[in-house]
Amino acid sequence: MAVSKDKIRNFSIIAHIDHGKSTLADRLLEITNSVSKREMTSQILDDMDLERERGITIKAHAVKLNYTASDGEDYILNLIDTPGHVDFNYEVSRSLAACEGAILVVDSTQGVEAQTLANTYLALDHDLELVPVINKVDLPSAMPERVANEIEDVIGLDCSNAPHVSAKTGLNVEQVLERIVADIPAPKGDDALPLRALIFDSVYDSYRGVIVYVRVMEGKIKAGDTMRMMATGAEFTVVEVGYMRAQSLEPAAELTAGEVGYITASIKTVRDAKVGDTVTTTANPAKEPLPGYRKVLPMVFCGVYPADGNDYEALRDALEKLRLNDAALSFEPETSGALGFGFRCGFLGLLHLEIIQERLEREYGLDLVTTIPSVIYKIYLTDGSVLEIDNPTHYPSPANIDYCEEPFTKAHIYSPSEYVGTIMDLCQSRRGIFKGMDYITSDRVDILYELPLNEIIYDFFDSLKSRTKGYASFDYEICDYRRSNLVKLDVLLNGDIIDALSFIIHSDMAYGKARKIAEKLKDNIPRQMFEIPVQVAIGGKIIARETIKAMRKDVLAKCYGGDITRKKKLLEKQKEGKKRMRSFGSVEVPQEAFMAVLKLDDNN
Amino acid sequence: MPKGLYIHVPFCNGKCPYCDFYSVSPTDSLLERYTEKICSVLKEKNHLTFDTVYFGGGTPSLLMPERIGRILNDINIKSGAEITVECNPSDTGSESGRFDFEKLAECGVNRISLGLQSGNDRERQFLGRRAGAKDAERAVRRAQSAGITNISLDLMLGISSQTMQSLEESFDLCVSLGAKHVSAYMLKIEPDTPYHNIRGKLSLPDEDEVCDLYLRCCELAEKHSMYQYEISNFAYKGYESRHNLKYWHCEEYLGIGPAAHSFINGKRFYYERSLDGFLGGASPVADGEGGDFEEYAMLALRLSEGLSLSKTNERFGFPVPDSIIKKAQALEKQGLVQINKDSISLTRNGFLLSNAVISRLLLE
Repeated sequence: MAVSKDKIRNFSIIAHIDHGKSTLADRLLEITNSVSKREMTSQILDDMDLERERGITIKAHAVKLNYTASDGEDYILNLIDTPGHVDFNYEVSRSLAACEGAILVVDSTQGVEAQTLANTYLALDHDLELVPVINKVDLPSAMPERVANEIEDVIGLDCSNAPHVSAKTGLNVEQVLERIVADIPAPKGDDALPLRALIFDSVYDSYRGVIVYVRVMEGKIKAGDTMRMMATGAEFTVVEVGYMRAQSLEPAAELTAGEVGYITASIKTVRDAKVGDTVTTTANPAKEPLPGYRKVLPMVFCGVYPADGNDYEALRDALEKLRLNDAALSFEPETSGALGFGFRCGFLGLLHLEIIQERLEREYGLDLVTTIPSVIYKIYLTDGSVLEIDNPTHYPSPANIDYCEEPFTKAHIYSPSEYVGTIMDLCQSRRGIFKGMDYITSDRVDILYELPLNEIIYDFFDSLKSRTKGYASFDYEICDYRRSNLVKLDVLLNGDIIDALSFIIHSDMAYGKARKIAEKLKDNIPRQMFEIPVQVAIGGKIIARETIKAMRKDVLAKCYGGDITRKKKLLEKQKEGKKRMRSFGSVEVPQEAFMAVLKLDDNN
Repeated sequence: MPKGLYIHVPFCNGKCPYCDFYSVSPTDSLLERYTEKICSVLKEKNHLTFDTVYFGGGTPSLLMPERIGRILNDINIKSGAEITVECNPSDTGSESGRFDFEKLAECGVNRISLGLQSGNDRERQFLGRRAGAKDAERAVRRAQSAGITNISLDLMLGISSQTMQSLEESFDLCVSLGAKHVSAYMLKIEPDTPYHNIRGKLSLPDEDEVCDLYLRCCELAEKHSMYQYEISNFAYKGYESRHNLKYWHCEEYLGIGPAAHSFINGKRFYYERSLDGFLGGASPVADGEGGDFEEYAMLALRLSEGLSLSKTNERFGFPVPDSIIKKAQALEKQGLVQINKDSISLTRNGFLLSNAVISRLLLE
């Protein structure tokens, strides 16, 4: 009993971080009785435990809501939420591709921010109908009228009908549902055409295998059909199809064009069900796959190593689980003389890197050492060939290099105008090229810079936040590769290169950075039984040098009434301490020294 | 085999601000109850014979010769045994003092160890020492005239305002007083001591200066024909502390009193740091097996004679592992270790780094 397509609405919610997207989603679930108020809290709690236990994000990425509108008609609203805390274009993009419209949530105490715009542009790229919603109007600092004007001015979206809501208290949330029904178009698509369904997410279930979340664009699919993944060519017999409810899966006879639902087919590995792929049937295959969406490629790379070598397998398991529903994460085994066995991981950007790192540490209890992040550099060799490297270890001998190119970004920084000076200082110090500045309102600006990606991948955002007391927001996209004067810095301890600390940097920044690194290492490596030279070099040329003086005194002078235990414990303690050290030849380096170098930033 | 006996006397009239030894304020009744308890514990150990006895503290001289005599009366002592009492100059050397060294000698005590710390009164004051160098001098003279001539004096290295010059004066004082043995400890500010809280304000000599003081002290001993037989201990030949050598030779000893440690029949055990517990009859706490090679080597390496290859073979039936010899060779190049025909030993610079050197030799 398929519902008439004109009663279906497929939509996402987009917003800048912390503007209340998740709270609004929760409220929509509640008022459509998808989840009772009481279950609401318990659901959140259960989720956290389960997430930890299962190692995957269980929270429904899509959920079917039933809503009886004020016109008396029953509607099916498919809310396709962007996963929890991840706020990337690609994550948003995969949801948007399955929708006809999106709710644009703007915090009435903050106004339009960088990601408000970035997400808006993405939604417009997908030809989505946007429904502006002004949130947090219950707060004393709310300025809904002003923010509405801002949305109209900056985005050009009519806000005269925009609901003024408080997702927290539930105020006017009903109006959001009415606007969805009224403003977002019903899906089109012909059930009679060959099946084309877009995979927008997938989760792994140990009983059913991979559960594929799809939006059916054309045609239909039911249990027993033989389906084919158009990109990978893999074929499976459909075991079950159905709808995602807030807390369970609801089997259905079939999924038809315009619907959002799930498919299970005993799919063993997530690689066979790539997010973004198109599902068709072997019986009546579609000729062309759906355009899908921009294939995402990792842009930022770093080595991720377990602090304790014994955790290597655990780290591999954790990365594999994370990759299940994060196609953008890549990793491959790598060995470092300094850090042992680990993985070279690729990320979309710095935020992605940080989130993955945090999840590995928090959800999987791993203690990690990560190396300095790198971007992909193009190295043009004198023999005419081109190398693309994301790992400084693979940097060729300077003698063989004709020239190098590095990726540049177009970056928008939105900020109260009083911080323009300090933001420009920051960008200039990061080799930024000023491209322009627009006043969004009389006291808020949009500053446009071109910045090398390698200058923003590790502490740019933190610096920006601290310089602007947290008021500035930032978004960037890769624009092109540009010729650049790059060098590789090597760190030597006692004459040996420490591979994990090598990195590629613009030659203008090399001397300053080298000095800081040498100082940091000197301060963080404890004195040892002999003097240790710390050197930073470009090729064979030493450009910074410090010396860790030899330790002279480490002695338990007094004999404590035959207390041998005390002496023994002391030696045992030294033994324990060594476990946290990495040995390089005869030099022992504590992990803290690595962290200190890796966290090197402007302020210290 | 005769054992060593260590008696910990946990009483002090005051607490020195750098000291973390266990001690409480004495009252006559506490001293009495304590002595009775020591005697009763010793009665249970009358199957043991001792050839060294050491009263350490705290301030053992607070027991006075009478109580020390009662304790010594209760035990089997081998003839020719070394019997040491640690003395505090403030109660044994004060002008008005009644401490009776004659009586102490009559009890059999033949060695005293006196906490001089420094010949310089300003340095002594920094250490919270109530008595002056004059009191220490007087105590030494009194002991000597009572016939106790085997005297050890303690010096401290790394005192605030200490100089090479003042160290030399202190060492010369020890020699001129007729000390046969000098112990020189580097001041270490231990946690849970008053000085730990204000350690930043103590203006102590830095690590390099303390090392230089230590090396100077070694030279001074050499100048006076004393030889360094352990990291912190110097003596004329034949006047080494036989009791302390038992620790470093990994021989057995019984320790009685709160916080005292024992090594008997291959087992290590100790009394908790509580006088009340001890007086109430608390049993010692087991501290595992002792005397394995690692422990033996760790202790031997504190001595100038070092780890003997032949004695190791004799005692354990296996040679010193090659891996240790190899590491010793590397450390010899750095001037920290010395390899002789039958031994591996630490140099003076090696002594200064003994924790690191020993752990590198034994534990990696």
